[in-house]
Amino acid sequence: MICAGLDVGSRTIVLVMLDGDILDSAILDTGVNPLRRCQELLAGKGYERLVVTGYSRHLVAPTVGGEVVSEIGAYAVGSRYLYPNCHTVLDIGGQDSKVISLSEKGEVQKFEMNDRCAAGTGKFLEIMANTLEVNIGDLGDLALTASKVVQINSLCTVFAESEVVSLISRGEESSAIALALHEAIATRIVGMVRRIGLKDGIVFAGGAALNKCLRQLLSEKLGVEITVPNDPQIVGALGAALLAKPR
Amino acid sequence: MTTDYRQMWAELGIDLDRHDELLNAIAPIYEEIYLSQKDRPKGMEFFDFVVGNIHGIRVHELRKHAMNGGKVVATYCVFVPDEIVLAADAIPVGLCAGTQFSVPIAEEVLPRNTCALIKSSFGFKLGRTCPYVQTSHLIVGETTCDGKKKMFEILAEYHPIHIMEVPNKKTEAGRNLWRGEVIAFKEAIEKLTGNEIQADRLDQATKLVNDRRRALQRLYNTRKARPVPISGKDAMLVTQVAFYDDVARYVQQVNALCEEVEGRIAAGKGGVPADAPRILITGTPMAIPNWKLHHILETAGAAVVCEESCTGTRYFSDLVPEDGGTVERQLGNIADRYLQIHCACFTPNDERLDDIIRLGREYQVDGVVHNNLQFCHTYANEAVKVERVLAKEGIPLLRIETDYSDEDAGQLRTRVDAFVEMISK
Repeated sequence: MICAGLDVGSRTIVLVMLDGDILDSAILDTGVNPLRRCQELLAGKGYERLVVTGYSRHLVAPTVGGEVVSEIGAYAVGSRYLYPNCHTVLDIGGQDSKVISLSEKGEVQKFEMNDRCAAGTGKFLEIMANTLEVNIGDLGDLALTASKVVQINSLCTVFAESEVVSLISRGEESSAIALALHEAIATRIVGMVRRIGLKDGIVFAGGAALNKCLRQLLSEKLGVEITVPNDPQIVGALGAALLAKPR
Repeated sequence: MTTDYRQMWAELGIDLDRHDELLNAIAPIYEEIYLSQKDRPKGMEFFDFVVGNIHGIRVHELRKHAMNGGKVVATYCVFVPDEIVLAADAIPVGLCAGTQFSVPIAEEVLPRNTCALIKSSFGFKLGRTCPYVQTSHLIVGETTCDGKKKMFEILAEYHPIHIMEVPNKKTEAGRNLWRGEVIAFKEAIEKLTGNEIQADRLDQATKLVNDRRRALQRLYNTRKARPVPISGKDAMLVTQVAFYDDVARYVQQVNALCEEVEGRIAAGKGGVPADAPRILITGTPMAIPNWKLHHILETAGAAVVCEESCTGTRYFSDLVPEDGGTVERQLGNIADRYLQIHCACFTPNDERLDDIIRLGREYQVDGVVHNNLQFCHTYANEAVKVERVLAKEGIPLLRIETDYSDEDAGQLRTRVDAFVEMISK
């Protein structure tokens, strides 16, 4: 049976098709009309069952069909499928960052999410990349070339941006500023992990897991190896597709 | 309906255009959140009617009372003893302070990073959009939080204010301070009304307010049943209406509702599906029309079965002894009862932790949601301890920090959906 999982995030829409194994996956920008984009993405796709997750799940599911599951539930299932020993999932997406603690059986035991603002999310990094005039894909690599350490104290996107502007006007190198931004996010995520309790088998997923600097800092600060899936952006959609399978 | 009261509102100095906006905003929200529910108890019709006429009939009653020489006393907090107000033939009314609508205008004066309840209450006076405030002769404030305390100083520039000092510790010294404050309040009310409070009137008022507490206790008791016979939203609305409706009428209506709801229990009929995970909400108050969290939780398939808050059990769980006989003795009874409220303004406040665990057991909850108004530091910090005791009991907890605006509704739904999925297993 072919099952589909659709993760309608705040920044990207991901579709995973599953038939025992992953058949196909696709990633699109969410844009301003996620419902239409999902309809386009699903058009002509042959699947029998669909589960929808992500920030706009309640907007999309009533029209395209399928049940809904929270991102937290979907990331838990997707991570456990890829890594049967996974007990902690970090997911830094566009709008939210999450730390999920799994039981031995893989059930969600506890979870933590960022505050209501964009602090410590992919969106935060995106806005800062813009201020530093680099592509979001290059921000982490830029940070890794820093030769000195500066500090960003604020994680509020608005305040942090003014801090960045004042660092720029002080003549600081953009690499050092980029590193400081990553440090700030990593510290926040580590705080969330500590609150929830660190358990072995950490999987880091979501778009921000593509960022090498963030991976390195999180691993250093937590003092453990962090596993990043080959395609960290599809883990939520994969989890949704797995949940679509009749159990 | 709206037009009938325009004259009255104009006389009360209401900003009519702005006020129209407010009423027009509430109607569709109420429709979506309340009237769309299936299988509601018929007894809720009274409460629908009250909300449908929220600034009409009751304000008209209060105004008639005022025109006949009576006084109206507005309050913001469950520490203010209604008994004393009623014993002096004045009418107490709990002001709402539960909507984003009045926040922007408040932010023209108050700092933005202040809790929404403080801003909302201030904004209603500043924007002249609350006919209850406009009808009232006195606002009674208290010192349960530093933000409110300072806001009242500024509010005093616009309206007569009396402040009751709530102690920070439940020690003998704290108790004496509070007893003194209750006496001072009685004197302030006597001065306002020109009526000296008599022992028999105070005893009658005590009985009346206790009847309201007993009615609410009865209603909350029905929520212990499985399936729960009334939605959390409806039960919370009943509590919210208690703050401004006529006490005797309200008691009658709540008891009628209870009768019906108890009948549902006997018939095994639920207001929500029997397998819905049961939630206890604890934390900061939810003043009308703040129905946000209940709505998100119940839309996600959970059933809210109890609120440990000032718009929940803290409001009615203890009665005032009815054995006064003298004014002095009864004022002592009243003071002692009100000091038992487990507000986070006290240190320590471990009784609240005990209450949360006890209520969790009594209402057989599957999870607890800690609701925190953003920038409410006492509750936010106390939540650390709440989290610890619940972990010890093995009861799952979701901590929510939010305000009255809808901008975080999507993020809240993600948390709530995940929590409901987690505890449904």
